Amino acid sequence: MVAKPHHTLVVLVENKAGVLARVAGLFARRGFNIESLAVAPTDDPRLSRITLSVDAESAPLEQVINQLDKLINVVSIRELAQAESVERELLVVTVGATPETRGQIMDLVRIFDGRVLNVGPDKLMVSMSGGPNRVDDFESLLRPYGIVELQRTGKVALPRLAKAGGEVGEF
Amino acid sequence: MNLNGGQALMRSLERQGVEIVFGLPGGAILPAYDPLIDSTIRHVLVRHEQGAGHMAQGYAQATGRPGVAIVTSGPGATNIVTPLCDAYMDSVPLVVITGQVPYAAIGTDAFQECDTTGITMSVTKHNFLVSDAQELPQVIHDAFHIATTGRPGPVLVDIPKCIVDPRNPRSALEWYEPDGHDLPGYRPRTEPDPAAVAAAAELICAARRPVIYSGGGILKSRAADALLRFAELVQIPVVTTLMNRGGFPDDHPLCLGMPGMHGNYSAVTSMQRADLLITLGARFDDRVTGKVGAFAPDAKIIHMDIDPAELHKVRHADVAIAADCRAGIEALIVAVDARGGAEAQTDRRQWHETIADWQQRYPLVYEPSEPGEALKPQFVLEQLRDATPDDTVVCAGVGQHQMWASQYWRFNHPYTWINSGGLGTMGYAVPAAIGAKAGRPDRMVWAVDGDGCFQMTAQELVTANTERIPIKVAILNNAYLGMVRQWQEMFYDERYSEVYLSPDLPDYKGWAEAMGCEAMRIENPTEVRPAIEKANEIDDRSVVIDFRIDTQEKVFPMVPAGASNDDIVLDPSQQPPPR
Repeated sequence: MVAKPHHTLVVLVENKAGVLARVAGLFARRGFNIESLAVAPTDDPRLSRITLSVDAESAPLEQVINQLDKLINVVSIRELAQAESVERELLVVTVGATPETRGQIMDLVRIFDGRVLNVGPDKLMVSMSGGPNRVDDFESLLRPYGIVELQRTGKVALPRLAKAGGEVGEF
Repeated sequence: MNLNGGQALMRSLERQGVEIVFGLPGGAILPAYDPLIDSTIRHVLVRHEQGAGHMAQGYAQATGRPGVAIVTSGPGATNIVTPLCDAYMDSVPLVVITGQVPYAAIGTDAFQECDTTGITMSVTKHNFLVSDAQELPQVIHDAFHIATTGRPGPVLVDIPKCIVDPRNPRSALEWYEPDGHDLPGYRPRTEPDPAAVAAAAELICAARRPVIYSGGGILKSRAADALLRFAELVQIPVVTTLMNRGGFPDDHPLCLGMPGMHGNYSAVTSMQRADLLITLGARFDDRVTGKVGAFAPDAKIIHMDIDPAELHKVRHADVAIAADCRAGIEALIVAVDARGGAEAQTDRRQWHETIADWQQRYPLVYEPSEPGEALKPQFVLEQLRDATPDDTVVCAGVGQHQMWASQYWRFNHPYTWINSGGLGTMGYAVPAAIGAKAGRPDRMVWAVDGDGCFQMTAQELVTANTERIPIKVAILNNAYLGMVRQWQEMFYDERYSEVYLSPDLPDYKGWAEAMGCEAMRIENPTEVRPAIEKANEIDDRSVVIDFRIDTQEKVFPMVPAGASNDDIVLDPSQQPPPR
């Protein structure tokens, strides 16, 4: 799977009913494509953080940001360039595992720092988290064993911290 | 002090200075109508909720104050979606209160329940669902703040019945006067960036073929005076879009009038040939630009708008200024003055001569009718224009009559032209005129309407007569959905599909009389002026004149949809200009 060019936006919104619908509705109405979306409350209970990837070809980034900014419940928007951020995504997958292949799958899980969550007679459920590319790699390596069910969370991201001695990047 | 939600709603509206609301009660909003009896606020009882919304728009556009409408849940709310969308497109400040089923019943498909906030999310600047009576004073305070600041727009407040029903314990609240707003994501920008203003002033002074492209933002920010001073300082011609007719006086020598699909040749072509467009409160709408790729190809763009999302949206701006138009133009005047003002302007005599030549060679024209022939709509509008006071408020529906009205009226005062620009809502004229008259009872208010439009909202004339808000309606009756007919004639090989309406079914005169109006039917050119003069004398009820106009008449000039503005089609009597 080749990732399409995209922008990652971190959007702080008021933690109120219907805010996600406003954001999603805006994207649908303006023809902006969402590649992935993750939303959860922050340490400040009044705010939620939405991390979303926008297809860079569907609309100019400036338009997306300016339109988002018009939503009354959107408090701030920040673009995170890939090089300047740490991105993580969680994958949970149930994969076919016979006694013969189970060892091979366990090897992959170890290599990718994953975990086994559940074991059945002919299936394994494993989880793995990492940067989106690493999650893609893990998923494609598991595919030949037969993926029964799979769920990815969509990525979350925070700005990368400065190198030692430098300033800490702040949001 | 303990109040119930209904009382708090009325008190909150009074506190905002609301003097009039347009509405129609129903089950869910019913308890809020009880304290209305004891309020200082005047309520205008409409015949259809769409009328309430358009009246609130007309009121807002005539007065500059927010318009307020109150309707019930379900169909009441859905009937006002069109005015909300219209107000959103044209940036009209509205506060619309909708009833909702009791909180406990939300989501159960209760009687007259609909997801009002969900339905209106994309056609409002913001909306609220009140979940606690105690919030109500603050929510109303916030709603007016959001509707009237920044880029104005409609705000909807959905109030469950339990919150306004005194028999329900959920309606109890401790009254308070809201102070300030907790809206961390709402920070409208108004003051321009000085560096951008300086860059704009440089471009302006150096431009050889500049045009000021002025839009509805001029009227919204009360910037007509500033625009006049700015244009006179730099001596640059001004086009006024459909949303800014009256924002710069038509009789001013620098005024070029309306650009766009049915704009006059000089306005359209001066923009095409310009080397600089000074865009003030306009948004490069497709009806102005024609084919975007061919629009004003040589022009640098200065774009001033209070909404940053409009900047670079359609056309890249060389200088973008996110600001309120009045503050921004005032800053431009200072910056141009600092560079030497009028003296610092490039010699533009040739440009002015070129434009004057276009104006002389390609004016708006029509062929007058011969005696015994049907009336020409342009003639009717000229007569109406000349027989009414200079500050008459003119409201229009949407279609040919709207374009003729915009073309042939002379707008010399701001807030005298009220129409549906962005959404193009047929039926806008009659209710908008009632709202305008309610807000400006001192002014004469004429609705110029089409026969198709009139049939969509005419029932509000009953409201006008019952409520003693007398308006005057000129129906330009060509028995067709005329603009569609024009397109079918020009672009669909004269295949007329579903556009014929009949000139006398309904009998407009009889219908208007049944609604309590004075009514006339006029077919002869010599009768036009006396009929208008008679209408002007009547002030105790509304007047409707059914003008029988030429069915064949088309609106010219015209830039066909999707074509370049260079391909403007003139009146058949005019020689096309050399290309």
